[in-house]
Amino acid sequence: MDLLNEIFVAPFVLIGELPDLFVQTIWEGFVAGILYALIALGFVLIFKASGVFNFAQGIMVVFAALTLVGLHALGIPAWIALFLTIGVMALLAMGIERVVLRPLVGQHDAILLMATIGLTLFLKGAGESIFGGEPKTMITTELGLPTGVTDLEMFGGLVSLQHLDIAAVVIATVMVIALAIFFSKTRIGRALRAVADDHQAALSVGISLNQIWAIVWFAAGVVALVTGIMWGARSDVSFALEVIALKALAVLILGGFTSIPGAIVGGLIIGIGEKIFEVYWGGLFGGGVEAWFAYMLALIFLLFRPQGLFGEKIIERV
Amino acid sequence: MSTAAEIDQAETILEVNNIEVIYDHVILVLKGVSLTVPRGGIVAILGANGAGKTTTLKAISNLLGAERGDVTKGNIMFKGEEIQSLSPNDLVRRGCIQVMEGRHCFGHLSIEENLMTGAFTRKDGAAAIKKDLEMVYNYFPRLRERRTSLAGYTSGGEQQMCAIGRALMSKPEMILLDEPSMGLAPQLVEEIFEIVQSLNTQEGVSFLLAEQNTNIALRYATYGYILESGRVVLDGEGKALRENEDVKEFYLGVGGEGRKSFKDVKHYKRRKRWLA
Repeated sequence: MDLLNEIFVAPFVLIGELPDLFVQTIWEGFVAGILYALIALGFVLIFKASGVFNFAQGIMVVFAALTLVGLHALGIPAWIALFLTIGVMALLAMGIERVVLRPLVGQHDAILLMATIGLTLFLKGAGESIFGGEPKTMITTELGLPTGVTDLEMFGGLVSLQHLDIAAVVIATVMVIALAIFFSKTRIGRALRAVADDHQAALSVGISLNQIWAIVWFAAGVVALVTGIMWGARSDVSFALEVIALKALAVLILGGFTSIPGAIVGGLIIGIGEKIFEVYWGGLFGGGVEAWFAYMLALIFLLFRPQGLFGEKIIERV
Repeated sequence: MSTAAEIDQAETILEVNNIEVIYDHVILVLKGVSLTVPRGGIVAILGANGAGKTTTLKAISNLLGAERGDVTKGNIMFKGEEIQSLSPNDLVRRGCIQVMEGRHCFGHLSIEENLMTGAFTRKDGAAAIKKDLEMVYNYFPRLRERRTSLAGYTSGGEQQMCAIGRALMSKPEMILLDEPSMGLAPQLVEEIFEIVQSLNTQEGVSFLLAEQNTNIALRYATYGYILESGRVVLDGEGKALRENEDVKEFYLGVGGEGRKSFKDVKHYKRRKRWLA
C-alpha cells in the first residue's frame, strides 16, 4: 500500500501543496529540453541531407566551445572570437566534406557512421592537444549574456528564473525559426530538402552535393557552437559535455531522425519528463533518475513506435 | 537521302565518339557507341532492356560516377567542348540536363518546389525564373492545377510532366530524356511526346531520348540509333527505320510472316546474323 501511495498519490499531493515547486521544475526541465533539442537538431540536419548518422555531433559541441574559450584566452575580444569560431566551424565543415565524405560517396551507411566515429576521436585528440584537457569557464559575461536571477511570486511561493536560462530559450527559439525559414523559403533550403529526398535526382538537376554537404555540416557546426555556449555557461566547458550529447540520441528516437519538429518536441518531452520524474518519483529509486530516464523512455519508444513521434512519412503511390 | 545530308550540314550540338563504359572496373557495358545530335533535333536511342540506353545517357550527363561507372575510351563533345571531366552541375549550367528514368521527383516537395529546384544553377534573377515557371505551366496545365500538392501524391503522368518541367526550368539547350513512356497509359505517352515535340519546335530544345517503345519514338524522332548489347547495330532517319524490314520484325513486332516465336529457327538465325 505504501508503495502504491508513493507512486500514485503522494507526488500529486505534493504538486497540489507546492505548485511553485512544480512550476520551477517544469521551467528547469523546459530549459534543459531546449538544449537537448538543439543538439538533436544538429544530428537531424546532417542525417536528412546526407543520410549520415553523425556520431561526432557531441564532440563538435565541445570543440566549438573550446575554440571560443581558447581564442578568447589568447586576448581576442569575445565577439571577434565568436566570429572566428564560426569561421573555424566553416573550415571544419569544408574539411570534413573534402577529406571524409567525398571519398566515401555511395558507400554503405555503416561505413559513413564509422567514419564519423573516427572523426569524433580525431576532434577529441585535436581539442585536447590544442586546448588542454582541463575544464574551462565559458566567457558568459564577455559575450553579453545576462547572469542575474528574477524571482517571480507565484502561488504564494517563489519561482526563480535564471536570466541565462531565459536567454538560452530565446536564442534557441530564434535559431529554430531561422532554420525553419531557411529550409522552407530559400533556394539553398529547397535544394537541401531535395537532396534529402533523392540524391540522384538532385544531382541530375544540377545541385552540387559537395556544396550542400558542406553547408549542412556548417549549419550543424553553428548549432553545435550555440549549444556549446549555453551548456558551457550552465556548467563548465569540458569533454564531459560530450556525454550530454548522448541524450540527444534518446531525443532522436522519440522525435524521429528526420524531423525538425520531432527534435524539438522530443527534446522538451525528455527535458521536462526527466526533471519531473526526478523530483517527484526519484525518491523511489534512490535518486539519480535523471541520468537514465531518457534512455528508458527511448527504449519504450523503440518497442512500440520505432519511427518516433514525427518519423518520416513514407509516401508511396499504390 | 537528301534529308540526311541536311542533318549532316546542320550544326551539331552533341557528339559521342566511340565511348566505352565500364562499371565497377570490370563490367563492360558500352563497347564503342557513337552518335550525333544536331541542334534542334529529336534523336532516339532504341533497344531492349540492358542494351545500354540509360548508360549512354548517364555517360553524357556524367551521372555515372555516382554509380561507379567510368567512361574508359572515346570522348563526348557538347557544343564543341569535351565534357567528360565536368560535374553534372557544370553540365546543367552549360545547358544539358537529364530527366532520369522513373521520373525521380522529390516526393516531399510540392510540384512548384520541384520545378524551382530545376532553376538551382541559374543566376539570371527571380523575374526570369518566374517567367519560365509560367512557361512550364503553359506547356503542362495539369501541373498548375497541382502546384501545391506534394509530388509524391501525384499520378505517374503528372510526375513525368513534373520531371520534364523541372528540367526545363534550368533553361536547357538539350534534354536527355530517359524512358518517358515507362509505366504510363498509351494516351498519356502520346500527350507527353506531343509536348516534347512542341518544346522542340517552339523553344528550340534538342532532345536525345532513350525508349523501349520503338513505335512511338520513331514517329517523333528525326533520327534513331538502335543499340544491342552495348553497340549501335543500326542507325537512320526515323522514317527510314520505321520502314526497315529488320526493325519492323525485331522491334515493332510486325512484318515478316506473322507472329514469331523463339522456336522459329529461321527467325533465330536471321536474328543472330542481325546481331553479329
